[in-house]
Amino acid sequence: MSEEQGIIIKVSGPLVVAKGMKNAKMYEVVNVSDQRLVGEVIELNGDEASIQVYEETSGVGPGEPVFLTGQTLSVELGPGLLESIYDGIQRPLALIEKESGSFIGRGISVPGISREKQWDFKPVVTTGENVGEGDVIGEVQETTLISHKIMVPVGMSGKLVEINSGLKTVEDVVAVIEGEDGHKHKVTMLQKWPIRISRKDGGKRVPIEPLITGTRILDTLFPLAKGGAGCIPGPFGAGKTVTQQTIAKYCDAQIIVYVGCGERGNEMTDVLMEFPELKDPNTGEPLMKRTVLIANTSNMPVAAREASVYTGVTIAEYYRDMGYNVALMADSTSRWAEAMREMSGRLEEMPGEEGYPAYLGSRTAGFYERAGAVKCLGSGDRNGSLTIIGAVSPPGGDLSEPVTQNTLRVTKVFWGLDATLARRRHFPAINWLTSYSLYDANVSGYWTKEVAEDAIKVRGDAMKLLQEESKLEEIVRLVGTDALSPKERLVLETSKSIREDFLFQNAFDNVDAYTSLKKQYWMLKCIMTIYYAGQDVVDKEDFDFNELKELPVMAKIIKVKDIEVGKWEEFEELEKEITKSIHSLK
Amino acid sequence: MQKEYKSITSIAGPLLVVEGVEGIKYEELVEIQIPGEKGVRLGKVLEASEGRALVQMFEDTQGSKTEGSKARFLGETMKIGVSPDMLGRVFNGSGKPIDGRPEIIPEKRLDISGQAINPYSRDFPNDFFQTGISTIDALNTLVRGQKLPIFSGSGLPHNRMAAQIARQAKVKDGSDFAVIFAAMGVTFEEAQFFQSEFEKTGAIEKAVLFINTADDPVVERIAIPRLALTTAEYLAYEKDMHVLVVLTDLTNYAEALREVSAARKEVPGRRGYPGYLYTDLATIYERAGRIKGKKGSVTQIPILTMPEDDITHPIPDLTGYITEGQIVMGRDLHRKGIYPPADVLPSLSRLKDKGIGEGKTRADHSGVMNQLYASYARGCDVRELAVILGEAALDDIDRAYMKFAVEFEDKFIRQGEHEDRDIERSLSIGWELLKILPKSELKRIKEEYIEKYL
Repeated sequence: MSEEQGIIIKVSGPLVVAKGMKNAKMYEVVNVSDQRLVGEVIELNGDEASIQVYEETSGVGPGEPVFLTGQTLSVELGPGLLESIYDGIQRPLALIEKESGSFIGRGISVPGISREKQWDFKPVVTTGENVGEGDVIGEVQETTLISHKIMVPVGMSGKLVEINSGLKTVEDVVAVIEGEDGHKHKVTMLQKWPIRISRKDGGKRVPIEPLITGTRILDTLFPLAKGGAGCIPGPFGAGKTVTQQTIAKYCDAQIIVYVGCGERGNEMTDVLMEFPELKDPNTGEPLMKRTVLIANTSNMPVAAREASVYTGVTIAEYYRDMGYNVALMADSTSRWAEAMREMSGRLEEMPGEEGYPAYLGSRTAGFYERAGAVKCLGSGDRNGSLTIIGAVSPPGGDLSEPVTQNTLRVTKVFWGLDATLARRRHFPAINWLTSYSLYDANVSGYWTKEVAEDAIKVRGDAMKLLQEESKLEEIVRLVGTDALSPKERLVLETSKSIREDFLFQNAFDNVDAYTSLKKQYWMLKCIMTIYYAGQDVVDKEDFDFNELKELPVMAKIIKVKDIEVGKWEEFEELEKEITKSIHSLK
Repeated sequence: MQKEYKSITSIAGPLLVVEGVEGIKYEELVEIQIPGEKGVRLGKVLEASEGRALVQMFEDTQGSKTEGSKARFLGETMKIGVSPDMLGRVFNGSGKPIDGRPEIIPEKRLDISGQAINPYSRDFPNDFFQTGISTIDALNTLVRGQKLPIFSGSGLPHNRMAAQIARQAKVKDGSDFAVIFAAMGVTFEEAQFFQSEFEKTGAIEKAVLFINTADDPVVERIAIPRLALTTAEYLAYEKDMHVLVVLTDLTNYAEALREVSAARKEVPGRRGYPGYLYTDLATIYERAGRIKGKKGSVTQIPILTMPEDDITHPIPDLTGYITEGQIVMGRDLHRKGIYPPADVLPSLSRLKDKGIGEGKTRADHSGVMNQLYASYARGCDVRELAVILGEAALDDIDRAYMKFAVEFEDKFIRQGEHEDRDIERSLSIGWELLKILPKSELKRIKEEYIEKYL
């Protein structure tokens, strides 16, 4: 085989420099040494190329060959992605296990998508039609949940001259398209796309629909829109991973891509074992049927960690292009940034803040900008969305560090985790005073229309009370509760109930972990009724606040989360009862 | 194929440069022969360029010179010879025995850097590991395959606690069990303490010790946890043993890493530590775990001292992001004369729920754990309040909580250095203490258990 090859002149950790590489392209994939370790060209200088290697390089030395492949680092896209578990460069972990046992060996080359498996291809167009890039030409039932749309690859258009139905592997030709120049293009179900370039869409739209996660503090107070980007920064032990996993389990996106980037091995195993067991609350099918997992744990090679988030986002974009709502979780983007810092240091680049490369900001922005609600490429009115939720692990919980700051500049939702809340075992430990969402205006239309007319008002009042509570608490700490007026005590009592009965949510309790929007509204509304009704009585003379506290109905509020979904009249009754009991106080 | 060169051109700290070399490999081992010296000194290739190798020495470079010294490239990466005979022995940072007994005959030679466990092949940690210390067993349960560090500070008795854990640790189902103890950069006295503790109690029979004292070469300090873990993996996955690896002190390890990084003139990250500190620590901690289809497991207890008790310092911080929880030592408890001073409130074992309950420990464990934690937390709050308002201002329930907090520290946390409490004993002490509180306050325990145990 007359492959083009260069010769290694320097090895330093995951960085290899080779000469004789004048035909190499930037970001081209190369195979390093006779062990054929996967690497990527990241710098060219004359005929010398710097290569970041995605595997361990010990035992590799100068004089060994480097083979060019002519391709940039790409992912394979086609039916078979769902239910897969990949490493950072789209090698299925199950196949790696088959090749090298329980420990990950080197130089393993396995296809991202099975070449043998046959899929039942059902055409949706007929010969003679004109098709353009992004048009759907057929469908495959990938899992019981998802119908995989086969699209005309980008850059191809013309007249459909042949289309085949029936059982096909991903490499079989399913259609032939004749271009305007008379050239016949063969279409298979397998496409490739370079991971560092975002896939083409038909134009972005403003996101207006909320991503429903079932977590009350997120949906009601700090909503994320489908097609938006959000971040979860927090110190260790505050519950980043649990929050990410809860969203992955219960959110109403149709496809989930979960990227475990530089995190714990045991944690990934937990996901790998749990997801096939858990049922999707929206469809009742196992969660795995809509999920792609990418696991590059912290002890796996650092360069592959850098690639893993791009691999994930490219797969996510592919499903978005079919017209699905996709959510991508990246846990944690700080590890991704650190991988960049490590490579940058080895390249001896000029460091920016805290040793991170100066391009940290633009890379972060580039990644989050791949989120969006889009009109899909191709004809017909298909819309898809890609929502990105990135966890950030700031060192020492200090949010002023560069990764958090760069992330905050490009994401519109900030769910700030708080170590103090976590220590008090208040979960999800999201701080309601520092967190924010800039999508609340976008999604307010949805809430008013789909949930309740006054949903936005109730939410706004609740936020105001929580604000006031934090001020009052300082006074209480100095002089005690007795010094407060009944009105102020009413604020404290209501916001305590908001915190304990509404915001507190147990992610490990199967019933409590997911709350529908309508139930969220009713729960909050019942709690807020204490405040609304209380205002009418607290100003009366000789009002004894303890009487209000001891009302039997107050005990019922604690159990408000136990009222079943759908029994809205029970909520309504409770609301009336609260108003009545409180008004009866003289 | 071994190659020998006489072309060492520069020496700086632990690094030296050999010119004119050919066919060398990254991370390959190098022997340096200095004229007039009998033995050889060992190093490894840190950067392999055409005709030039940057070598990092495992030993001191004092007395070495550029003229006349010979560098021999061994053509293989650093390996350790392993065998079941290692149990009961003491080794130094280059894997040589230092207990005055002959070298072992290795059954196998393994690369010390190991390979990453495929996440797909991992089995989730599920089984209880008894340390005989109440605050760990009952409240922050250690699970086989977990990595649970101890965050300590200078002057706190973490070494005594580490030795106690290593002495008492056992698995309840009677499987084969071993302790591997790696001490990095400890003083001579500490090293002596550990060694004699193990020998006195006979625990050394099922233990392997790796010791690198503070005056041993810095680079050996970087190798020692890897030697320990390679041995652990061998015993766990090939000899079906449950292995507990105790590493102390990771702060010395990170200091060593920083020293070498600075000598290599790398761009420093936070507080001068190299940017890859996280990745490097991960390659140690992540070697804990279980593998599907294998009987054994590797459990880790790394110990580190937080400089100035600062938990946001890069070493505890990055460790916390990788490990599955932490046991924090409290200076206040230590001052009160309580041993072991494990501060329950900031401590956490993320996997505790997987290792407890019926069939693993006892059915009431989860309830008792939550109740003790919540009651102690409230007790501490009340105690603070009492300082401001005076004890007279407290009501009966609050007073009960305060009494609980004091008794909890005295009876539950406090424990003799040679007192090995099994989990039943720890739980029954817990129940004893809960009697201080009115029954109506025990909201976190199921009624049936209250009837059975109270």
